[in-house]
Amino acid sequence: MTISLIQMALLTMLAAVTVAIIRQRNLFGVVILAGIYSFLMASVMILIDAVDVAMTEASVGAGISTVVLLATIALTGSKEYPSVRRSLVPLFVAAVTGGALIWGTFPLPRFGVQESAIHMHVAPEYLQHSKDHKMPPNVVTAVLGDFRGYDTLGETTVIFTAGIGVMLLLRGRRRRLKENGKSAGKGTA
Amino acid sequence: MFIAGTVAVLVALLLVVSRAILGPTVFDRVLAGNSTGTLAILLLAVLGFLNGRPEWLDIGLTYGLLNLIGTLAVLKFFRYGDIAYDEEERS
Repeated sequence: MTISLIQMALLTMLAAVTVAIIRQRNLFGVVILAGIYSFLMASVMILIDAVDVAMTEASVGAGISTVVLLATIALTGSKEYPSVRRSLVPLFVAAVTGGALIWGTFPLPRFGVQESAIHMHVAPEYLQHSKDHKMPPNVVTAVLGDFRGYDTLGETTVIFTAGIGVMLLLRGRRRRLKENGKSAGKGTA
Repeated sequence: MFIAGTVAVLVALLLVVSRAILGPTVFDRVLAGNSTGTLAILLLAVLGFLNGRPEWLDIGLTYGLLNLIGTLAVLKFFRYGDIAYDEEERS
C-alpha cells in the first residue's frame, strides 16, 4: 500500500517531467530534465525491486547520456526552432505504436505472479544452486557472473571493442582538425 | 518513522522537480538536477530501510559519483562551451 502510493507520487512527477521535456525549447534544459527523469525512473525501479536495473538506468541515463548530449549540443547549438510543419501524421503514428505496445502487454502474466512461465523454467534451479554452491548472495550477480559467465564475457567484449573503436575514430578526427588548424595558422602568419 | 522520512524526501523531490520545470534560468535547472541526484540517494537509502532490506545502501555511492560527473560536465560545458576542453592542449 505504502509502496504503491510512493510509486504513484514518483510516476506523477515522471509524467510532469516528460511533458516539460516536450514543451521545452531550450535544448540545454532538455538535457538537465532528461537527467532528472533518469534519477526518478531509477527510484521507480528500486521500488519494484530491480536494483541492478536502477543502477544501470542511473549510470547510463543520468551519467553517460548527459555527457554525450552535452557534447552534441556543443556541436549543434542549443536552441530548437518550433516546427513549421503540421505534426498530425507523426502524432497518429506515435499513438498507434503506443497502443500496439500496450495491447501487446495484455497476454503477459501479471507483475510479480510466481506461477508465470518465466519463473518455472530455470529460475528455481538457479535459486537452489546459488544457495548450494556458495555463490554470491545476490542471485542476479550469481546468474550474470557464474551461470552465464561466458555470455557476460562475450557481452563485455563486444561493448569494450565498440568503445575502443569509437575512441579511435574520434581521436583521429581531433588530431586531423588540430593539424589543419596549425597549418592554417602558419599560412596566415 | 521511515514513512515520515520517505514523505519528507518525496515533498523535497516535488519542490525540486517543480523548480526544474518552472526554473527561469539555466542555473536553476542545473541546481535542481544536482539536487534530484542527492534526493535519489536519500530515497534509495530510506526505501531500503522501509522495506526492511538495506543491503543496497552502497549503491548510493555510485549515484553520488554519477551526480558529480554529470554536474562537472555541465559546468565545464558552461565555462568553455566544450566538454573535451583541455587547458594544456590549447596552450
